[in-house]
Amino acid sequence: MSYDTATSARLTAEFSEIQARYPSARSALLPMLHLVQSVDGYVSPDGIDLCAESLDLTPAEVSAVASFYTQFRRQPGGTYNLGVCTTALCAIMGGDAIFERLSEYLGLDNGGTTPDGMFTLEKVECNAACDYAPVIMANWEFFDCQTPTSATELVDKLRGGEPVSPTRGPDRLRTFVEVERTLAGFSDGLADQGPSGGAASAAGLEVARQRGWTAPAREGKVS
Amino acid sequence: MTTLTPILTARWGKPDSWRLNTYQADGGYKALAKALTMKPPELVDLIKSSGLRGRGGAGFPTGLKWSFLPAPDGGPRYLVVNADESEPGTCKDVPLMMADPHLLLEGIAITAYAIGCNHAFIYLRGEVVHVYRRLMRAVEEAKEAGLLGSGILGHEFDLTVTVHAGAGAYICGEETALLDSLEGKRGQPRLKPPFPAVEGLYARPTVVNNVETIASVPGILANGTSWFTSMGTEKSAGHGIFSLSGHVTRPGQYEAPFGITLRELLDMAGGIRQGHELKFWTPGGSSTPLLTAEHLDVPLDYESVVGAGSMLGTRALQIFDETTCVVRAVTRWMEFYAHESCGKCTPCREGTSWLSSTLQAIQAGRGRPADLEILADVSGSIIGKAFCPLGDGAPSSLTSSLKYFRSEYEDHVALGACPFDPAASTLTEEVAA
Repeated sequence: MSYDTATSARLTAEFSEIQARYPSARSALLPMLHLVQSVDGYVSPDGIDLCAESLDLTPAEVSAVASFYTQFRRQPGGTYNLGVCTTALCAIMGGDAIFERLSEYLGLDNGGTTPDGMFTLEKVECNAACDYAPVIMANWEFFDCQTPTSATELVDKLRGGEPVSPTRGPDRLRTFVEVERTLAGFSDGLADQGPSGGAASAAGLEVARQRGWTAPAREGKVS
Repeated sequence: MTTLTPILTARWGKPDSWRLNTYQADGGYKALAKALTMKPPELVDLIKSSGLRGRGGAGFPTGLKWSFLPAPDGGPRYLVVNADESEPGTCKDVPLMMADPHLLLEGIAITAYAIGCNHAFIYLRGEVVHVYRRLMRAVEEAKEAGLLGSGILGHEFDLTVTVHAGAGAYICGEETALLDSLEGKRGQPRLKPPFPAVEGLYARPTVVNNVETIASVPGILANGTSWFTSMGTEKSAGHGIFSLSGHVTRPGQYEAPFGITLRELLDMAGGIRQGHELKFWTPGGSSTPLLTAEHLDVPLDYESVVGAGSMLGTRALQIFDETTCVVRAVTRWMEFYAHESCGKCTPCREGTSWLSSTLQAIQAGRGRPADLEILADVSGSIIGKAFCPLGDGAPSSLTSSLKYFRSEYEDHVALGACPFDPAASTLTEEVAA
C-alpha cells in the first residue's frame, strides 16, 4: 500500500515547507517524521519511503533516525497516548501506583494499545514537571499532580467523548495525530489558551510577595 | 538570610504573561534596543565581566564561551539554544518558556547580535507541545513587531529564529548530540575537539547555551553587571531558579541568588512534608551525587557543592524523606540511564544495563552479597571512561548512595526483600490507603 496521489502530493509540499526553515534540508527530518505520524499515527513504511525520497536518503537511513527517538511510534497506536512518568521521583510519589492502576484498568502492558484503538499506555521518562509529580503526559500535554483515581477518570471521560482539559495546555485535549501535526511546526492556533503556569511554577513568587522580597534595584538606583 | 529574587520568574502567573504586549509593558525588548547601539565585542566583554555561567549544568563561563568563536570569515555562525531539558529533576526551563517566551527571544536576539549570528535555533524537547506552541507564537509576534526578521529596530541586523521540536532522547541535552540531532541524524555525541565554537552546526562556528543562561542576558544588559554580581557569590554570580520537588510541602520554582542553602529554601517551601524528615536529596538532578541532612547548610553555588562531594548541576533539588527506599530510587534512575544511553560507547551502553539489572535484583530481594562489589566495580568502569559527560554522570546516585546508605543495600540482600513500603512514600492519601 502506498499513499494516494493527493496525500503524497500534500506531504511532499509540506516536507518542502519544513525544509525551508533550515539552511540544510536534512535538518527537517525529525519534524517530517512528526508529520508522518500526524497522517498515519506512527512512522509507517510509506512515510519512511517518502521522507527518504524527499531528502535523497535510503529508507534504512531514515529508519535509523526514527528508531532512535522515543516519540516515534514503530506501530500504530491509540488516539490518546497516555504516558505515565515512572522515572525515580514521579514513580516514588505515586507514578508506579498510577501506572499499575491504568495497566489493570485498560488491560495493557507498557506500550500496549486497546483493541478499539483509543489508548496507548506507556511509561515515560522524566518530562520536566517534577514539581507537579506524579505526572501523566497525555498526547504530550501536562496532567499534573495525578492519582490513580484521577487517571481512571481521565480514561472514562475520554471514552465518553467528554472534553478534557490538560492542567497546563489548551482548553481541550487534542488527539495524537493532531498534536503530531503541531510538533511538525504547523500552528494549531492554540498558543493563547491555557494558563501561564501552575501553582508550583509560581511558588517562589508567592513567597516573595508574602514576605515583601524583590530583586535588587538596578545600577545607579537607590535600593 | 538569603531572600528570593524574582527576575526570570517575575511575570509567571500573570494573565497573558506569554504575550508580547505583556512583556513590553514590563520594559521588554529595551535591552535589545540598548544592545544594538553597542559593538558586538563590547557585549561579549560585558557578559564576561558579569560572571554569568552556563545554567544548563556545567557552569562554564558564558562570555568566555562566546569569545571562543573564531574571527568572522563571512560564512554563517549559529546560536543554538538547548531547550531539551531532560535531566531527571530538572523542571525550570519548561515553565520559563511556557510563561515568558519573549524573555528567551530577547536574550537570543542580543546573543545572536553579540556573536554575529543571523539564524538561531531553539532545540526544544518534543514532549512538551504547549511550550512549543508558545514559542512558535512568540516568534511570530516578535517578527510582526520587527523585533526579529530583517533590519531589526532599524539596525543593520537580521535574525531568523527557528523553533525545532525534538522527538524524545535524553542524550540530545549533550550539546554535540543536540547538534547532530538538529542536523536530522541520530542524536549521538561527537568527539571533541573540534568544539562547537569552531565546528558546530553544519560544521560552522556555533554557540550552544541553555535556556536559562540566554534568558539571563537581557537583565544583565538592562541593569548592569554590578547589579548582577550584587547577587550570588564571587565565583557563582547572579540569580538562578532552584527547583524543589518531591517530599516538600510546597514544591515548585524558587528564584534566588546562588549560595542560598537547602535549609533556607525548605523554610520557604514549608519544609519537608508534614510529619516526616529529610533523608536524601539531589542538588542538581539525578547525575549529581546524593546529599543528606548533614548538607542542609551547604551554600548552593558551584564551588561549595563540589566541596561537599557533589555538583550544583541544574539546581534540581529532588527531596526524599525517610519513607523512601534509596535502593528503589537509585534503581529507577539507573533504569533511566540504561533506557536513555545512546549506545555509542561501551562503558555507558553496557555498564548502565548491568547496573540496572543488578540493582533490580537487589531491590527485588534477589541480590547476593557479591552484587555490591559488582555495583562498585561497574560504576568504576563508567566514571571517567564514558564518551560524554552524561555517561560519566550515570552512576553518581549509585556511588553516593553506597557511601551514605550502604547498610540499606546490605539489608535488602540479607532480608531477601525490600524493607520499605512504597505506599508510604506516595503523595496522595488515596494511594497510601
